[in-house]
Amino acid sequence: MDAKTFDSKSLLDSLFENGILFESGIDGLYGRSGAFEEVIERFERLVTRLGAPDKATRIHFPPGMSRATLEKSGYMKSFPQLAGCVHSFMGGEREHAQLLGMMADGGGWTELQKATDVALTPAACYPLYPTIAARGPVPAQGLLFELSSYCFRHEPSKDPARMQLFRMREFVKIGTAEQVRSFRESWLKRGKAMIEQLDLPCEVDLANDPFFGRGGKMMANNQRDQGLKFELLIPVTSIEKPTACLSFNYHQDHFGRTWGLKFADGELCHSACVGFGLERVALALFRHHGPDADAWPAAVRDVLWSV
Amino acid sequence: MIDQIRSLLEQHPMIPLNFGVLADDANLYDAGLTSFASVQMMLALEEEFDIEFPEAMLTRRTFSSLANIADAVSQLTRKAA
Repeated sequence: MDAKTFDSKSLLDSLFENGILFESGIDGLYGRSGAFEEVIERFERLVTRLGAPDKATRIHFPPGMSRATLEKSGYMKSFPQLAGCVHSFMGGEREHAQLLGMMADGGGWTELQKATDVALTPAACYPLYPTIAARGPVPAQGLLFELSSYCFRHEPSKDPARMQLFRMREFVKIGTAEQVRSFRESWLKRGKAMIEQLDLPCEVDLANDPFFGRGGKMMANNQRDQGLKFELLIPVTSIEKPTACLSFNYHQDHFGRTWGLKFADGELCHSACVGFGLERVALALFRHHGPDADAWPAAVRDVLWSV
Repeated sequence: MIDQIRSLLEQHPMIPLNFGVLADDANLYDAGLTSFASVQMMLALEEEFDIEFPEAMLTRRTFSSLANIADAVSQLTRKAA
């Protein structure tokens, strides 16, 4: 991990050579070393400690969620290219014989599978909204959650910072426009201070989501014009195109309207989230401080290993 | 032109706005136009007028009122003619 070269392929090779990540044969799916996991665990503790004064309710979701929930959330309108749906074999013995025959012929066989009720979770907060809406009116002071989930996005890449399965930690605030905007403001400050404490170069910039197609270009422009998304960027595989490691999103009343999240007086709730890309932060730390976490600068180790 | 656009959008099942009562310069976002609906609007206009909005025109402002939409559409239909 030469400090001067910044490109995806050489970083990925170096992570394999140093036994930090392990190849699986699929771009974007990797095994993680104990050292890599320990960095993630330490960073998660740091995040939790920073958010502790706000007393969030913690929920850990599995990497799969209700397909119906994903459909209703509007995800397929915006990101059909990233979504994953779990399919399984549901036939009888005759279809099983057919399936084995198709496999033996070396041809396609997956057409004999059918879509299950499970979709892969694309972001840690998607399963949250219907769960909360089912509980009844949101209290006047709003609600705050700390979430964690493995997430899936179908975007195979040699860039180790663009994995197909990765973990996301999130704080989600549901409340009035003012409450959720001030939540996001406070995390823009806290998030930047936290990354600077880890001695990582970073900048916060206006951003947009990778909406699909030409209609998506318009959605992206709308999102930027309204300042709905900011990202904290750290150079990981490129200096010119630094990697988004934290994101700060204001959803307006999109999820409130979709899921009927309301206050007792019937007013629709707004929501905002701050997401931490855990693998990306760990990669940034290994990229900037070297492959051996024991040899990282004392100041950085103090921050991570004192929590 | 504006009347043709108004009646096209009024009939669109995925754009739940009451265009009949909206003034030419009324802000459609203030009237409840969502980002999703504005994309549906763009696609419907492209089909009706056989045009393609260039990327630079795919902005919030282009679709913010019936008058702005008519301006954009007439620019593009003039170009095509």
